[in-house]
Amino acid sequence: MIQATALTKRYGPRLAVDHADFTVAPGKVTGFLGPNGAGKSTTMRMILGLDRPSSGSVTINGVPYHRLAAPLREVGALLDAKAVHGGRSAYNHLLVLAKANGLPRSRVDAVIDLVGLRSVAKKRSGGFSLGMGQRLGIAAALLGDPGIVMFDEPVNGLDPEGILWIRNLMKALAAEGRTVFVSSHLMSEMALTADHLVVIGLGKILADEPMADFIAKNSVSYVRVRSPQLADLATKMASRGWRVDAQQDASVHVYDAQPAQIGDLAGRESLYLHELTLVQSSLEEAFMRLTAGSVEYHAGSTDPQRAPDGAAMPGWGTPVPEDFRNAQVKEHSQ
Amino acid sequence: MAARDSVLTPAAVDAAGTGHAHFGRLLLAEWTKIRSVRSTYWSLIALVIAFLFFSWLFPYLTVANWKQATPEQQANLIEDPIGSIMSSGLFVGQLAVAVLGVMVTASEYGTGMIRSTLLASPHRVRMLAAKSLVFTLLIGAIGEVIAFAGFYIGRLTFKSLLTVNLDSSNVRQVFGVGLYLGMLGLFALVIGALLRHVAGAITGIVALLLVISNLIQLIPGRVGKYLYTYEPTNAGFAIIGKRLPDNFLISSWEGYGVFAAWTALLWALAAYLLVRRDA
Repeated sequence: MIQATALTKRYGPRLAVDHADFTVAPGKVTGFLGPNGAGKSTTMRMILGLDRPSSGSVTINGVPYHRLAAPLREVGALLDAKAVHGGRSAYNHLLVLAKANGLPRSRVDAVIDLVGLRSVAKKRSGGFSLGMGQRLGIAAALLGDPGIVMFDEPVNGLDPEGILWIRNLMKALAAEGRTVFVSSHLMSEMALTADHLVVIGLGKILADEPMADFIAKNSVSYVRVRSPQLADLATKMASRGWRVDAQQDASVHVYDAQPAQIGDLAGRESLYLHELTLVQSSLEEAFMRLTAGSVEYHAGSTDPQRAPDGAAMPGWGTPVPEDFRNAQVKEHSQ
Repeated sequence: MAARDSVLTPAAVDAAGTGHAHFGRLLLAEWTKIRSVRSTYWSLIALVIAFLFFSWLFPYLTVANWKQATPEQQANLIEDPIGSIMSSGLFVGQLAVAVLGVMVTASEYGTGMIRSTLLASPHRVRMLAAKSLVFTLLIGAIGEVIAFAGFYIGRLTFKSLLTVNLDSSNVRQVFGVGLYLGMLGLFALVIGALLRHVAGAITGIVALLLVISNLIQLIPGRVGKYLYTYEPTNAGFAIIGKRLPDNFLISSWEGYGVFAAWTALLWALAAYLLVRRDA
């Protein structure tokens, strides 16, 4: 169990993590989501005792990390795969960690086989591909058979087989009663893996709840309707009090109604239906909605992370204008 | 934790005890770290070869050019042949030790290994102490071996010119080599821990050893003498010498003590910063 209480980290004037309160409980996969720069890595580093909080605390099974007598047996972490000396072989890297915590050599062999690095175990880790380095980091995290496992972007660099393998591994670890804490940007992966979500934005915890609740709270599902008598149908639906949004592709999106209700309505009015689809919201949509909305938290602030026009998140800049490409072409041809 | 029916292979873990990262285990871990990288072997080989080679070369050239030497140079040599042999060996040898010492700590930061290290051992001062002990003992032991080997090589080469014997008055000059190298290695390790940057720390320590410690001699007056005497590497080097220069104000053992005091002070600073700073 990981418990954060008013956890705060300040870098000069900038508040990287802002009084974060959350709990990561055993027996499930907890996803840690947030945009770039939200404070995910900083939070994870504070949990692991690598960075010192400016105020507040975070404990692992009730004690701060540095007071764990046998840290690798309680917590295994993959922060970034590059925490390895390139001149050392994978086997020796794991051996160093094993010796530091009194783990037997058999554990080193066990985790090497688990992640599939047996054939390159004695090679210099500097020559590893991104995927191999990632697997070495995972091996190091699992070395002490820990009750708590933390992964920061574990699928980074893994091929589809590797991604599937990691997903199954995390689910199996959680099913055994371990605490699994994963941060990721890959929404589709997270939707398949996580049971519980902690969402962070601009240093603040925006959500700490089960996945289903999160999606329900932060997104809306609608029914897409197509009909040869669309205008008529739309009027009838609107008069029922349902919200009806016309779309560019000759369909309408209907909110607050079930497909069955719409179908019944069409039938009663003798109108034809060509499409009746329930569109469930995705995790990605819910996430975008929630984190875009964090502008409320900074009313009137001069936070430098905001774009000049007041958009909330440090994003990828203003959208590329429609005529951008044409403008470029014109410049060249002159 | 009881053995679980596990995705991971079970319970060889339990057989290994509680997994406390106590000092003995950290010593083993640091030893494994040092012996598992090539830079260790290259540096130690360079140290041994350089030291032994110069222990031969200097006496050989001295004997070959004896007739061309000035009376002053001849007198200096006859007075302290052991010091000359050891100094010439150390001139290059100490650089290999300094470089390796810096890398033992600073490269952990450069490669990101420090994060893995601190996850396995969040007890940071204990980790630094284990690293220091392993490295100092390693360099000290090798230093003693090459010191005596170099002495015998030098003595053999000088045979046609003069006899050099070890007795209780000058044995300090030989085993002082191991003491000096051990302390220098620790000093370099601490510099690496403070600067956390391999290239910067190597440049700094080589500049200190070769350039600064000599340039200090140009500073005139009493201030210059104090600076020359209490500069850490000069002070430590005094343990090799028999008759110390006029601008060196204290005895050989006192000089070594000054070097040790510098190292201890900087070690304490490094430990404090290691605990306070983010990894």
